[in-house]
Amino acid sequence: MNDRVMRVQDLAVHFKLREGGLMRSKTHTVKAVDGVSFDLDAGETLGVVGESGCGKSTLARALLALVKPSRGRVLWLGEDLNMLDDEALRKKRLDMQIVFQDPLAALNPRMTVRNIIAEPLWTFFPKIARVQVDERVRGVMQMVGLLPNQVNRFPHEFSAGQCQRIGIARALVLNPKLVICDEPVSALDVSIQAQIVNLLKDLQKKLNLSLVFIAHDLSVVKHISDRVMVMYLGRAMELSRRDSLYRKPLHPYTSALIKAVPIPDPKLARAAGDTGLAGDMPSPLNPPSGCVFHTRCPFSIKRCQLEVPALRRMESGDWVACHRAEELDLTIGKSG
Amino acid sequence: MPLLEVKDLNVGFDTPEGEVYAVNNLNFSIEAGDTLALVGESGSGKTQTVMGILGLLAENGHVTGQALFKGKDLLQMNTAELNQHRGNKIAMIFQDPMTSLNPYLRIDRQMIEVTIHHKGLKKSEARAQAVEMLRAVHIPDPERIIRQFPHELSGGMRQKVMVAMGLLSEPELLIADEPTAALDVTVQVQVTRLMSALREKSNTAIILISHDLGIVAGLCDRVLVMYAGEAVECGSVNQIYYDPKHPYTQGLLKSIPRLDQPDDSEMETIAGNPPNLLALPGGCKFRDRCPRAFDACSEKPPMQLDEERHAFRCFLGASE
Repeated sequence: MNDRVMRVQDLAVHFKLREGGLMRSKTHTVKAVDGVSFDLDAGETLGVVGESGCGKSTLARALLALVKPSRGRVLWLGEDLNMLDDEALRKKRLDMQIVFQDPLAALNPRMTVRNIIAEPLWTFFPKIARVQVDERVRGVMQMVGLLPNQVNRFPHEFSAGQCQRIGIARALVLNPKLVICDEPVSALDVSIQAQIVNLLKDLQKKLNLSLVFIAHDLSVVKHISDRVMVMYLGRAMELSRRDSLYRKPLHPYTSALIKAVPIPDPKLARAAGDTGLAGDMPSPLNPPSGCVFHTRCPFSIKRCQLEVPALRRMESGDWVACHRAEELDLTIGKSG
Repeated sequence: MPLLEVKDLNVGFDTPEGEVYAVNNLNFSIEAGDTLALVGESGSGKTQTVMGILGLLAENGHVTGQALFKGKDLLQMNTAELNQHRGNKIAMIFQDPMTSLNPYLRIDRQMIEVTIHHKGLKKSEARAQAVEMLRAVHIPDPERIIRQFPHELSGGMRQKVMVAMGLLSEPELLIADEPTAALDVTVQVQVTRLMSALREKSNTAIILISHDLGIVAGLCDRVLVMYAGEAVECGSVNQIYYDPKHPYTQGLLKSIPRLDQPDDSEMETIAGNPPNLLALPGGCKFRDRCPRAFDACSEKPPMQLDEERHAFRCFLGASE
């Protein structure tokens, strides 16, 4: 499995904001993504989890070179995406696709399903023959569980789950190597979420896709990820193999996120303790000093306020950005 | 006498494609201080049920049946009478905090309206109360937040403002329509805690509408499961979670991603799509998605009730 497709090194995306009038304007910098690094292998799924405002969607855009990084590099098959000229970048994008969160909003309501799915083909191969388009569209529709006789329908004739299948078909039509899924199931009914997750899992096996699966809670990601990265205020807090993350998280924030997943069992739910998280997420305009999580962390010490913890590799091979990772035992199911 | 008793509620809409029945013969009741969950997928009629009760249906909608609030039928009231209840004795937290706050008005204008109108407070008193309520729902720096416009707040903040607004009038019945669907998990926990606290403090009855049985488990006493406009199962939380009788309820429970399941298991799903109300099968409406459907299901199953007040609409189940 060790074909590395993507390598992200110290990636940062900062946005400048101006506030106030002409005379007294101040510039703020929002560090939407700050110093994120990871590798992605062919056929691997990386789950990216964090609450709104943690920078996960900006990360997705930066991976596709849709925003310019302020620092760091995104290497796709060894080439730095941001060093390429427009035409070369366009060619690279053949390999990378994205599936969006709101399935209805991501589809043009005036286009038929066939045209929606075929559009990437026309964009990249303007001279492609009609029969080839039809064949390819029919092929991907079957792959995602849509009936080929639905090609001439419009998005509003489908349910949200089916619309997400159309979105996935459009992402697959060019035969990409990497698909970035930006919260692909959070707008769907629980019963349909599972269908879409299973579908993505199947497709990944069949096509040896690399997936970056973005979500705001840890429960969905568990079924599909090989590794999971937890983000908070633009920084990676933890990057661990799936099994160790859910059994023995290394970062207090990961453990809080795990405890926040609602348990569908009345007795357990009522017995469940607190998440241990105090207060709200601070404004990204004015993040805390030192460890960005220290204002809400139950284990915070003086050092956390002063020193930014680096994302470092533990003996187990998992990565964590916490000064106290060695002393803390956050095994799930243990009290405290 | 129950706080709210709904009898034979029907909600329908005239559409160009014909009459659509969103809610059919629904019966339920809720006592003061109780929590009832209405659970089901999109299109199951849970939102239209409460919209119908509160006289908030779209223009092409109509409602029949009875909705007795402390013995008085809400469906027979004129707008003036209804307005004495809505926002006052009965408050509602709407699903989408962005579209249910007025984008042109600052938060304070929207919040003080309730108490000025229903409690006859002065503007300054109402404002002070609103600030206190924002503080109570854990909004940091409420004096500053209350001067802002909705678009300046995050989704979680807006939802907390909605909750605070619903609580301002100290209602006897709070209806919360997917109050946590748009929120981050850690904020979800905070909002559900807030609602339980309210219930304990002022004995408010809560109707919680949700498609997610995970959230319902910790908060509710009774659960009503709806499918395609009908009640398919109704019982206490323990009955619904530990002994679900209807295959739809069983499917809903299985499809919740759980952290305590084995990692590599396929997620369980309910086959097919949420029901299209314009093209429902005859007989049992869940039949074409049901893994256990058999011949008898072409007849409409009656609601069965066992000794423990656990009701379900399925031919299976009684013998199990």
